Amino acid sequence: MNLDYLDFEQPIADLESKIEALCNIKDKVDIVEEMNALKDKSNTLTKKIFSSLSDWQISQLARHPKRLYTLDYINDVFDEFTELHGDRAYGDDHAIIGGIAKLDGNPVMFIGQQKGRTTQEKLKHNFGMPRPEGYRKALRLMKMAEKFSMPIITFIDTPGAYPGIGAEERGQSEAIARNLFEMSTLKTPIISVVIGEGGSGGALAIGVADKVMMFEYSIYSVISPEGCASILYKDAAKADIAAESLKLTSKHLKKEGLIDEIISEPLGGIHRDPEKARTLLKAALGKQLADINSISIAELLQERQEKLLSFGRFKN
Amino acid sequence: MSWLEKILPSITSGSKKNIPEGLWSKCPECEATLYYEELKDLNYVCPKCDYHMRISARLRIESLLDEDAQEEIAPNLVAVDPLKFKDQKKYKDRYAIAQKDTNEKDALVVKKGTINGMSVVVAAFEFKFMGGSMGSVVGEKFVRAAQMSIETNSPLICFSASGGARMQEGLFSLMQMSKTSLILKLLADKKIPFISILTDPTMGGVSASFAMLGDIHIAEPNALIGFAGPRVVEQTVREELPEGFQRSEFLLEKGAIDMIVHRSELRDKIHRVLSALMHKS
Repeated sequence: MNLDYLDFEQPIADLESKIEALCNIKDKVDIVEEMNALKDKSNTLTKKIFSSLSDWQISQLARHPKRLYTLDYINDVFDEFTELHGDRAYGDDHAIIGGIAKLDGNPVMFIGQQKGRTTQEKLKHNFGMPRPEGYRKALRLMKMAEKFSMPIITFIDTPGAYPGIGAEERGQSEAIARNLFEMSTLKTPIISVVIGEGGSGGALAIGVADKVMMFEYSIYSVISPEGCASILYKDAAKADIAAESLKLTSKHLKKEGLIDEIISEPLGGIHRDPEKARTLLKAALGKQLADINSISIAELLQERQEKLLSFGRFKN
Repeated sequence: MSWLEKILPSITSGSKKNIPEGLWSKCPECEATLYYEELKDLNYVCPKCDYHMRISARLRIESLLDEDAQEEIAPNLVAVDPLKFKDQKKYKDRYAIAQKDTNEKDALVVKKGTINGMSVVVAAFEFKFMGGSMGSVVGEKFVRAAQMSIETNSPLICFSASGGARMQEGLFSLMQMSKTSLILKLLADKKIPFISILTDPTMGGVSASFAMLGDIHIAEPNALIGFAGPRVVEQTVREELPEGFQRSEFLLEKGAIDMIVHRSELRDKIHRVLSALMHKS
């Protein structure tokens, strides 16, 4: 079993390893046809598997070990990036990366959650679970963006805000709440992209935006499928059923009007073609930014307020 | 039937009938047996150990507001089950049971009224309604409460008692956090006070939105208040939690709340604070 592939991707992994084996043969003349046939087969198989993914499979793709993280995008999506550190009060939280970037030549404030790939990186970035100082750093940068009329771009990718002793002591709830409060009327455009996992309040704390986009196979949810399963089904192993119930995929959320745009992923997901994923993300951001820059701040704030107030379904 | 009842059926069953139900109550904290009428007069605070019992939303509001001129806001809003959510039970069924058990339509009750003649809007959570969880109805009612505050230039007071966002409404629930935070920003821009009263328990999405956005944060003694539940924290950090972790006294020490106020002094304290904050109005 290839650990870079999820269980439902294993048939693709088998074909890919055959193709790789053929690639290693020196005399390629005789095998070109066979290789092309295998590549076709792999493509067809991938298309077939990816045309009927379950919500649980999509949840797994959103957390795929080879999926691109914030730091895998920054240098390609932006022309330049200067990282800024710290909340000026307690510390610097590496679960949130922030700084000044340029998108197509225009300055923007960038804020993104970072999970980390190697064990060492995962520890450094706390598996993408921010502490209060991370949210407070984000808010500091957002206020700076407002001051200097720079649009804000945020990348969401977190299992949730960190449930630790220190985080609670330093006011995790207040830090999240403060961001929601300030972002709701911040006088500069805000664009958020869920690039992987949008874990509850920990995601929303940098996700109150004029435009919310999601990569096709990312998820955004009030609780993780595992958490929901253990509370409501009394069994964390029922995460697959919980994932279906929670309607946490980009497709469901777009249909309900809870997000604004889905960014398509390359065939087989972002990890199968990172270059293409970066290009698609850059293009989507460029377009949203151009659209948003064409309306006045007053109109933008009015629309943001109306949108936030419209969330919810009830009857009288 | 016990052996005593078999031998003396008339005496034992008869004496049982003579005791009206609920005449005696037990403190869940110190287990003292308490006379119900006295407990009621004390607003459900144990006279032996001062434990503040969980009480209903309506009782909270009624004990805060002047008796006359209470007007309920948006009393008939109900959920619509946007996800057709089903776990071991259907959301619809859970909802119907909660309505029946609590006699409420959803987990938040909102009223406009007065405290010693001062106009205020009060929201209170019914914890028994699905753990006081916040779905679309709770979010909308909170917004309507704040809008009423803005319209009538009246301070807003909210008693929180909630496990957090209501999972059964998925991302709609999560979005109530930003929705309620926005309306508090608009209230703050009008310089109208918001007093957040944190009661046992105030956790998750409620704690991480409007409950922590008050001008004044008042907690009842020994209330559990935090973002993540203590069990989740314990499982994550794999160490013993500090004494009194996430309790009111702990939050006061860490600087998250302004004061801890005994239930019997709450009304007076709120009135004093609001009179000062509203002195220009």
